[in-house]
Amino acid sequence: MAMTEQRVSYTLDSSLETIDNAEEKATIIATELGFAEDEVMQISMAVREGAVNAVLHGNAYAPDKKVTLAFERTGDDLVITIRDQGPGMDLSKIPNPLAPENLLKTSGRGIFLMRSFMDVVEIRPSKTGTELKLIKHVHGTSAGGKEASQ
Amino acid sequence: MTMKVSSRQVDGVTIVDCSGRITLGEGSVILRDTVRDILSKGNKKIVLNLQNVNYIDSSGIGELVSAFTTTKNQGGELKLLNLTKKVNDLLQITKLYTVFDVKDDEAAAVKSFK
Repeated sequence: MAMTEQRVSYTLDSSLETIDNAEEKATIIATELGFAEDEVMQISMAVREGAVNAVLHGNAYAPDKKVTLAFERTGDDLVITIRDQGPGMDLSKIPNPLAPENLLKTSGRGIFLMRSFMDVVEIRPSKTGTELKLIKHVHGTSAGGKEASQ
Repeated sequence: MTMKVSSRQVDGVTIVDCSGRITLGEGSVILRDTVRDILSKGNKKIVLNLQNVNYIDSSGIGELVSAFTTTKNQGGELKLLNLTKKVNDLLQITKLYTVFDVKDDEAAAVKSFK
């Protein structure tokens, strides 16, 4: 669990427990790496939202499909990768949750929150699943996610 | 910590004291069921006291929006009370602060209903 090595990864079921589990792991690892309390909250929340997408929208709770979660320390970055085995996310169908017509929608804010909290968010959909990469600079030089990109 | 709720009546307004986490799964379901139960009893003035809600995810935000619109669609009003900094920040960045009527004083919240 500890980031004594540079990379740790986990293979997890497509369940609600996985979402809580992923969030807890992110909290522990981000704390160990010395992120400030508010950054730890941002990272753990981004991981939670990524796990929700993988379990619900990617794998659709299918018991035969797994979620892989990896944490890697590379230079000045914490790189978190979440992969599912779903049909692949259609990026063109992601609405802008801040648009007036979408403000009262009850879903569609997960990716927006990830982009708000992380420095870089990359989403790579394919027919065999979606790979989500979340990056936070360890020293927080651009905290706030204004440089987020796909 | 899972979510817990308890409801009380103050001058015709139902105040729901919430504590814990409003997240995908149990937390969201508890909030949904609580608001539906209040509305089914004919109580249409609702205040969600979120003073002890320490965490909320996108599903929880969605549930707050759902509670707001469900109440409004039934001719009622739902307001938020005593947001923690985390929840306040989330409502700011999602622009929902402009949608919800947010109060930081219970007596003022109760009086604000028409």
